[in-house]
Amino acid sequence: MKRTDYLVTDSPAIDQVGVEERISRFSKRSIKKESKMAALKMALSMVDLTTLEAKDTPGKVKQLCTKAMHPHSAYSDIPPVAAVCVYPNLVRVAKEALKGSKVKVAAVATAFPSGMSTRKVKLEETKWAVNEGADEIDMVISRGHFLASEYNFVFDEICAVKEACGQAHLKVILETGELSTLDNVRRASDLAMHAGADFIKTSTGKIQPAATLPVTLVMLEAIRDFYYETGKRIGMKPAGGIATSKLALNYLVVLRETLGNDWLNADMFRFGASALANDLLMQIVKEKEGVYQSIDYFSKD
Amino acid sequence: MAKTKSKKNVAIKFDTDWKYDPAPESKDHIRLQESYDLFINGEFSKPSSGKYFETINPANEKKLAMVADANEKDVDRAVTSARTAYDKTWSKMPAKERGKYIYRIARIMQERARELAVIESMDGGKAIRESRDVDVPLAAAHFFYYAGWADKVKYAVPGASAKPLGVAGQIIPWNFPLLMAAWKIAPALAAGNTVVLKPAETTPLTALKLAEIIRDADLPPGVVNIITGAGATGAALVNHPGIDKIAFTGSTDVGKIIQKAIAGTNKKYTLELGGKAANIIFEDAAIDQAVEGIINGIFFNQGHVCCAGSRLFIQESVAKKVIRKLKDRMETLIVGDPLDKNTDIGAINSKMQLDKIKQYLKIGVNEGGEMFQTSCSVPSKGFWCKPTLFTNVSQSSRIVQEEIFGPVLAIQTFRTVEEVIEKANNIPYGLSGGVWTDKGSKIFKVTSALRAGVVWANTYNKFDPTSPFGGYKESGVGREGGLHGLMPYLEVEHN
Repeated sequence: MKRTDYLVTDSPAIDQVGVEERISRFSKRSIKKESKMAALKMALSMVDLTTLEAKDTPGKVKQLCTKAMHPHSAYSDIPPVAAVCVYPNLVRVAKEALKGSKVKVAAVATAFPSGMSTRKVKLEETKWAVNEGADEIDMVISRGHFLASEYNFVFDEICAVKEACGQAHLKVILETGELSTLDNVRRASDLAMHAGADFIKTSTGKIQPAATLPVTLVMLEAIRDFYYETGKRIGMKPAGGIATSKLALNYLVVLRETLGNDWLNADMFRFGASALANDLLMQIVKEKEGVYQSIDYFSKD
Repeated sequence: MAKTKSKKNVAIKFDTDWKYDPAPESKDHIRLQESYDLFINGEFSKPSSGKYFETINPANEKKLAMVADANEKDVDRAVTSARTAYDKTWSKMPAKERGKYIYRIARIMQERARELAVIESMDGGKAIRESRDVDVPLAAAHFFYYAGWADKVKYAVPGASAKPLGVAGQIIPWNFPLLMAAWKIAPALAAGNTVVLKPAETTPLTALKLAEIIRDADLPPGVVNIITGAGATGAALVNHPGIDKIAFTGSTDVGKIIQKAIAGTNKKYTLELGGKAANIIFEDAAIDQAVEGIINGIFFNQGHVCCAGSRLFIQESVAKKVIRKLKDRMETLIVGDPLDKNTDIGAINSKMQLDKIKQYLKIGVNEGGEMFQTSCSVPSKGFWCKPTLFTNVSQSSRIVQEEIFGPVLAIQTFRTVEEVIEKANNIPYGLSGGVWTDKGSKIFKVTSALRAGVVWANTYNKFDPTSPFGGYKESGVGREGGLHGLMPYLEVEHN
């Protein structure tokens, strides 16, 4: 897509009060019985199990990969998560540990989480992560440039990173916690999709607030409009701050009633989270057994 | 403005593999009697007619209870009891004490909120989501609000003295049974009047529950009397010489009959009648939120709302986009069991109303309108109407001019601000309206130009006890809610 086909001023206005009202209505949906079990399993299969700490080691990542493939071995019907998300220097370790499974390796790149580096460095890092075996690249946009209305700079950067990704899928992190308004969230979503994002993602997890339901709804509506305009389906990844099953189910309700069946799978929707997986497992086991089990019955990594 | 190009054959599939299971609100705690008598002079007593009629659940057509049919004698008994209570107790009581009683009603309503919500949904067909989150909390809020006014009435009209009128006869509709009872009773009591209230014949149960609450709150006998019956009972109440004021909410036709009936008498009146609101979407509006506003405007309470945004005006540059989004959103509306917590649209209130709506659908199609209904299925028993919209209609179409009072939206497009103001006002009604734009100056220009009692900007169907509500033209006379709603229950003398 050429830049000339798209103007950031095409993005519609967003009314925050209206968005919050819509979210409060979504949150009143009551998910019970089989529909709850199906949703819990679906949510688990959409998790990008994430560790993004400076103290991460190969040992930690290997443990996480095992958890990703076998979240809870006590039952045979519990699906693996979608991906493991790590820093670029641990991609090879993760790839090795996940060999033979369907779990993908996602790498954060482009001077994550700030993005405060040169384009050259960002592209090198991206290519390197892909070479190491990353299936997916989670990049950050240059928020300073975006807020200074230098949309072309941001657009070109995403295009360049997309090219550097080659076959790897590109998730574009908007870092909505730094964009300040929902109008900006909508503009950044439109811009990222037109520049070639395969997924748009809310947050790095390093800035508060991270993912919220209102921000996610605005992004999903942008995806819907983009789909109607181009016929292309773009994926969505809320990340950070989603720690409970109840909240995850709320996200799935918003997803279901905004984008419908074609997005209700791990190819089109992901949760960037670390604590969520075990809460989902606890709820799944509770649904099966009728009682809650202690957290000590669920492995941390 | 945004491009409106779009790919053909691209559609969102809302019929998803992952579905919501039924999530019914429990009704095990609901105790309904076989039959209900008339609440007169602080106790339930049998109607002198000896007659009872059925009230049914419109979602399954099953009988819920038998309800007494009050005749002229019963009406006379109720009015006499209200008059005695007014003369001997209520008007003599310190205002602060009256306030305490009203607060007590509000608190008991809150305590019994769940029960009231479930009965409201069973008797009227409205979704429990609405009766639980809107009807019941707002009804309690009205009592709380007007309880506060009870001992401050003399400050309501600075420099003048204000006295109650006496006995108020109040007739309420079936669309918000409990809420309308609250709108009527709370200001009347706060101003120092006593009342005789008649709920609609299809939805009397929550008013009768309110009678129980009023009895439990130990209100002096006769201050509030609640009598059930159909049109003849209402007529007897309107024509009773002992009534000082009539407060009516209902159809414009009946409103006109009431005006004629009380012409030449000393009876004061307020009438809250029909509507056919214009909901106006400008091209610079926050489109997705405006779509939600359209949905709330027309599908709230199955469209059984006098202020429903039943005429939609979309600026031509965004019309296609808005209509596509609107149809998508309509597809996600869940129609069915009113007691299911996920239900968005419940049952049509009665067979009579459903027949009327169906007739309008026919008229719309015959007039050349293009009808769209969602692909949902509806239960076989009970009264149901799928969410419906009409495009290709014009200002002269009957479905644009007349109040349907159902989940049916008529869509027109416009080009300029002047054009839409003219079209919006070109109707015999003037109750409400909505304006959607991101531009503040446009909000002020358009809302000031609309001849309607309530106009919302970038929202719709927002209600608050402190805010007045009422119409222009054939939508009625007088205001309810806020200080404005207190005035029609007071005789103001300027010193």
